[in-house]
Amino acid sequence: MRYLPKSDSERNEMLAACGLKSLDDLYSYLPSKVLIKKPLNIPAGISEYEIVDYFKKQANLMANGYASFLGAGVYNHYRPVLCDVVVSRGEFLTSYTPYQAEISQGTLTTIFEFQTMVCQLTGMEVANASMYDGSTAVPEAAMMAIRITGREHVIVAKSVHPEYRQVLHTYTLNQGIPVTECGYDSETGQLDLAGIEANLTDHTAAVIVQSPNFFGCLENVRALADLVHSKGALLVVVFTEAASLGVVQPPVDADIVVGELQSFAISPSYGGPFAGIIATKEKFIRQIPGRLVGQTVDANGNRAFCLTLATREQHIRREKATSNICTNQALIALMGTVFMSVYGKAGLRELAEQNLAKAHYLAGGLPARFKAPFFNEFVVRVGDPEALNKKLLKKKVIGGLALGRFYPELADCTLLCATEMSKRESMDIVRQAVQA
Amino acid sequence: MIKKVRRHIVQDEPLLFEISSPGKKAYQLPELDVPAVDAVEALGAANVRSEIEGFPEVSEVENIRHYTRLSTWNFAIDLGLYPLGSCTMKYNPRINELVARTEGLAWGHPYQPEELSQGAFQILATLEKYLCECTGMDAITLQPAAGAHGEMTGLLLVRKYLESLGNPRKKVLVPDSAHGTNPATAAMVGYEVVSVKSNDHGMIDLAALEAATDEDVAALMVTNPNTIGVFERDIVKAAAILHAKGAQMYMDGANMNALVGICRPGDFGIDVMHMNLHKTFSTPHGGGGPGAGPVAIKKHLEPFLPVPRLKRIGRKYSHDYDRPQSIGKVRAFYGNFGVLVRALAYILAHGGPGLRNATIDALLNAQFIRKGLEPYFDLPVTEPTMHEVVFSHDRQEAKGVKTGDMAKRLIDYGFHAYTTSFPLIVHGAMMIEPTETEPKRELELFIDAMISIAKEVDEDPQLVIKAPHLTRTPRVDETLAARRPIVRWKP
Amino acid sequence: MYPENFRYTKEHEWVKVEGAMATIGITHHAQSELGDIVYVDLPKVGTTVEQGKTFGSVESVKAVSDIYAPVSGEVTAINEALNTTPEKLNADPHGDAWLIKIKLSNASQVDSLMSTADYQAYLGS
Repeated sequence: MRYLPKSDSERNEMLAACGLKSLDDLYSYLPSKVLIKKPLNIPAGISEYEIVDYFKKQANLMANGYASFLGAGVYNHYRPVLCDVVVSRGEFLTSYTPYQAEISQGTLTTIFEFQTMVCQLTGMEVANASMYDGSTAVPEAAMMAIRITGREHVIVAKSVHPEYRQVLHTYTLNQGIPVTECGYDSETGQLDLAGIEANLTDHTAAVIVQSPNFFGCLENVRALADLVHSKGALLVVVFTEAASLGVVQPPVDADIVVGELQSFAISPSYGGPFAGIIATKEKFIRQIPGRLVGQTVDANGNRAFCLTLATREQHIRREKATSNICTNQALIALMGTVFMSVYGKAGLRELAEQNLAKAHYLAGGLPARFKAPFFNEFVVRVGDPEALNKKLLKKKVIGGLALGRFYPELADCTLLCATEMSKRESMDIVRQAVQA
Repeated sequence: MIKKVRRHIVQDEPLLFEISSPGKKAYQLPELDVPAVDAVEALGAANVRSEIEGFPEVSEVENIRHYTRLSTWNFAIDLGLYPLGSCTMKYNPRINELVARTEGLAWGHPYQPEELSQGAFQILATLEKYLCECTGMDAITLQPAAGAHGEMTGLLLVRKYLESLGNPRKKVLVPDSAHGTNPATAAMVGYEVVSVKSNDHGMIDLAALEAATDEDVAALMVTNPNTIGVFERDIVKAAAILHAKGAQMYMDGANMNALVGICRPGDFGIDVMHMNLHKTFSTPHGGGGPGAGPVAIKKHLEPFLPVPRLKRIGRKYSHDYDRPQSIGKVRAFYGNFGVLVRALAYILAHGGPGLRNATIDALLNAQFIRKGLEPYFDLPVTEPTMHEVVFSHDRQEAKGVKTGDMAKRLIDYGFHAYTTSFPLIVHGAMMIEPTETEPKRELELFIDAMISIAKEVDEDPQLVIKAPHLTRTPRVDETLAARRPIVRWKP
Repeated sequence: MYPENFRYTKEHEWVKVEGAMATIGITHHAQSELGDIVYVDLPKVGTTVEQGKTFGSVESVKAVSDIYAPVSGEVTAINEALNTTPEKLNADPHGDAWLIKIKLSNASQVDSLMSTADYQAYLGS
């Protein structure tokens, strides 16, 4: 087999060196009760060519050649070639978590750059080396706020991604953390400030909101921050569309920012792997979950990096750790790092402005459901969104997300997204279909 | 004597921010085909940010040199043996990277219509089937993002199942040899952690287990083979003890690569287990992720699996969210699909017989290292070795040299360090896992290097204590980093 | 090495009693076992500590060690300097690098602790 680098004669030599007669001797001492009785029912191995062919066949059953206006947490952005070039280097691809600092400075340096750029982007002071994704970063932020405040109650706005909220419920259910969901203003599409105020008590550890929210609307983070802080709670701001941060004011008034970096060169991949971020104020650094890289010096006095503040983590603190997280998304975070350095300061702004322009073109003349300003996603009242999507599919266009699935009261609405990848002629097809 | 490596030039490189200059670019966007929109007008002045302070501006050439130079400061499987015990650093076939980037798969949106997602469904269903076959379990969820995430999912299943019987119970038993994620996970799922002592052979002590197991115990989290690389001979009896009290057997499948094709957890009493596809099924570790931690279960736990489940009607698959007893969602969407594609490609390449051969070669390699090093290092547990072997530094400590020092010296010989100081039950642990993808010559060079280091400890312990000497970066001051945390660049 | 006017615990904390007040720290032995100390986590002033219960922790790069209260009382001061210079705990654990000061709630608890001679014998055993 091509992944097993030994000849039979080498195997025999090794067996002899071990004082064994046959390969079976390596495991035949196991209790006979547990030994497998018949071979695995998996076909014999196939060649590279056949493997490529198999996956091409499956890929052809997917949405090849369709224009898509789906967003809702996963966005179609161009992936600069350099991103794959860098992550394909074996030195990054085939290395482990950088525990041995002396031979991991490459990974450590890129993570330090990642942490820095995440801070610059979000307006926070410290960021970790990544989380599994945006959805799991939300409960991690909630648990962090609970540790910091010593309180136990969490409020989450209903305009936060519905699947993120579901994950929050799964994580908190058995930890004695009550979660209250607060509604949204049906005119503006923004969170209902009065609703949050009514539920905010001196037991509330965190208020979790998303901006741009699930409907694409920008939230008034500033006003909310004042309210939340006046009750001694922490404000957690979530984002799913990282590209928005090229033009939208970052949530500098938040205490914890979590989000999804998928927009930064991470292909949609039918939902993963993505990379989550968590960033916060310096004073909360010891409560941040996951891996952190810090700057230090080597024995020659030169700048060097290493994993740091490891005592927060599971391999040392075990059941008292800040989280059980171990593996993170280093390689995916590296894609995001390369993306950020390729676009840079000016490019990220220009990219965001293109998204803004495309989305506003697409929205032009369509019946907007909400009034709040939006970045590249917005809700349109279309009557029967499923029927509209069927119509569009015939024209090789995947329409928006029909919202009834998550918000029964919005069953006549669809969530449309345009990015720099959206072409004018496809957008015209959608506009005409909605207006028809 | 160092036989595998010699010195070469390594490029130095500043941080991105230090090579940045206003106006440098590595990108070009297409001309807008729609009218431009004024951000202040569209969003309101308060919602528009000023420029991203400190963000880099770097050219394309400098970008590629930057990352290429940084990459040369890393050790990697592609450069040689990476014997980190418990981490299973095996070769990552490149075909897996290629197929994961196939257009329809890489660009599949999780909310695209189900009729345009059948390829993804086929892949998921096939992988589910093969992983169930490898583990002897009845059903599987592919959604957890990593091993620890799988542990959480698995314990949530146990909790929900026990709740359905009327009592979620209070405690989870964890052997003292376990990975740190096990107790951390149990705490996250609302269980009290009770540590169970191992016996002198590093295995479950049945008497201690029996004494610890009562009606309040929800599950035992067991790693098999355990973290010493030894098969838990009494696993069937242990399962009987737990089951007699109505508790569940959870298996941490971190070491599943020692079992595939030889024996199946489903046949020795396991109710629920996770596996790490980035270990056993060779998806790349990528400097710390992404991984995938599918959870396989016995029939009685199936109603509780996370939503959605795959549903098959005729030839068509769909997502099934109508699962009233489900624990809910453990993450958005359906799991690390791109990682799952790679794992399936790996299984297809090996096939059933090949997977078994891979396991056997992994055992042979570990055995070969044990034989080669046993005369030079203390072996506290002498039970038969499976896929990894754990020595102790006791003999070398007499000379003032510890496991971490020898691990650093190994770097000078052209290898990655082995795992140090874990498992906790072995004093000064040196945990070595070669995996099946190491050639005989590389193993011989490794054994040779370890013997040479043992001699250095006798003759010149300071040489070992101050190692590494040949790396671009000598020892790094981790104490300073922790005392004065600097976790971001500032001008 | 170990001051005569201190009392000691088996978990390697010391306490110095002055009237109704007490100063608490960790011993030279404790700091040397931990190695380079990088962080000290202390309770807030005004909270109470309870004999035998943990009130904080001391961290080295790769280990965390809980600190147990030798006696009960209300925290009246914490050693803020350790926030920025935890290394003091390695240099002067019995002096400059005390951890907390408390107002004793039950002075008789002191009698249950080890004398200097007892502690030295305990270390030697």
